[in-house]
Amino acid sequence: MKAPLPDLDADEETMPIDSNDDVVRARQLVRTLAQRCKLSLVDQTKLVTAASELARNTLVYGGGGVLRIGLVRRAGRTGVSAIFDDDGPGIPDIDQALTDGWTSGGGLGLGLSGARRLVDEFTLDTEVGGGTRVAVTKWAR
Amino acid sequence: MTERVPVLKIGDVLLVSIQVDLEDQIVLDLQEDLAGRIVESGARGVVIDITAVEIVDSFVGRMLATTAAISRMLDAETVVVGMRPAVAITLVELGLSLGGVRTALSLEKGLAMLARPGDHRPAQR
Ligand SMILES: Nc1ncnc2c1ncn2[C@@H]1O[C@H](COP(=O)(O)OP(=O)(O)OP(=O)(O)O)[C@@H](O)[C@H]1O
Ligand SMILES: [Mg+2]
Repeated sequence: MKAPLPDLDADEETMPIDSNDDVVRARQLVRTLAQRCKLSLVDQTKLVTAASELARNTLVYGGGGVLRIGLVRRAGRTGVSAIFDDDGPGIPDIDQALTDGWTSGGGLGLGLSGARRLVDEFTLDTEVGGGTRVAVTKWAR
Repeated sequence: MTERVPVLKIGDVLLVSIQVDLEDQIVLDLQEDLAGRIVESGARGVVIDITAVEIVDSFVGRMLATTAAISRMLDAETVVVGMRPAVAITLVELGLSLGGVRTALSLEKGLAMLARPGDHRPAQR
C-alpha cells in the first residue's frame, strides 16, 4: 500500500460496507458530501455512480470493508474524496482488472474501469492476500 | 428483505415505477418478478419508469438490459422511460450504452411506442 492518500478534512466520515444495505447507504453518504462540496448535478451523479461500483466491489470481492469520505482542498479548489478499503484477496493483475469487460465473476467488468473514467483522480493499491484500496477524487469546477 | 417493487398491469402492459434507491437483491427480485408476471398475464409490453432514479450503475444497467432480453424472449417488449440527462451522460462514460434497450423520454411516449405495432425492434447492439 504505497500510493499517497487524499488528505481528508477533519469532518471526514467513516462507514462499514458489509451488506447490500451498506452499498445503498454509501451512495447516500457520497451524495450528501458531493452536494456539500457543490459539485454540479452531472458530477454528483458521476461520483455517486463510481462510488456505487467501488462499494459493491468492496463487498463482493473484498468480503466487506470500510469507506472513508470527506472534503479535500488543494490549490484553492475543493473536492470530495472517497477511499474504499478491504482486507480481501487483493487483485493479482491490475491491468486486467482495469480492462473494460474483464470480470472474474458474473459482472460486466465495467465497475473499476468505468469508475476510473467517472472521477478526476483514481488510485488503486492492492496486494495479493493483502487487501485492496481504491481512492477517488472529484473536484468542484 | 421482503421489500418488493410493485408491478402494475395496465391493459396488456406491465408498469414498474422505481421510486427508491434499490439494494441489489431487490433489483434481482424485480427482474424475476417481471419474467413471471409477463408469462402469467400475457402482457405484450413492459414499461420501467426510472424518472425518480438518481443513478444507474452497472448492476442496475445490467438488470435493465437483461429484463429487456428476457421479456423479448417471452414475446413482450420493454421500454425504459424517464432517464435523467445526468444519468444518461454517466452511463455512457461508465461504458454502458444499453444498446438493446428501448428508451422513451416520458411514460406517455413509452406507452405510445408499445401501442404501435411493427415498431418494436430495438436498435442492434
Ligand atoms: N476490492 C476488490 N478485491 C478483489 N478483487 C477485486 C476488487 N475489486 C475488483 N476486483 C476484481 O476486478 C475485477 C473487475 O472489477 P469490475 O468492478 O471492473 O468488474 P465486475 O465487478 O466483475 O463487474 P461489474 O462491476 O461491471 O458488475 C473483478 O471481477 C474482480 O476480479
Ligand atoms: Mg464491479
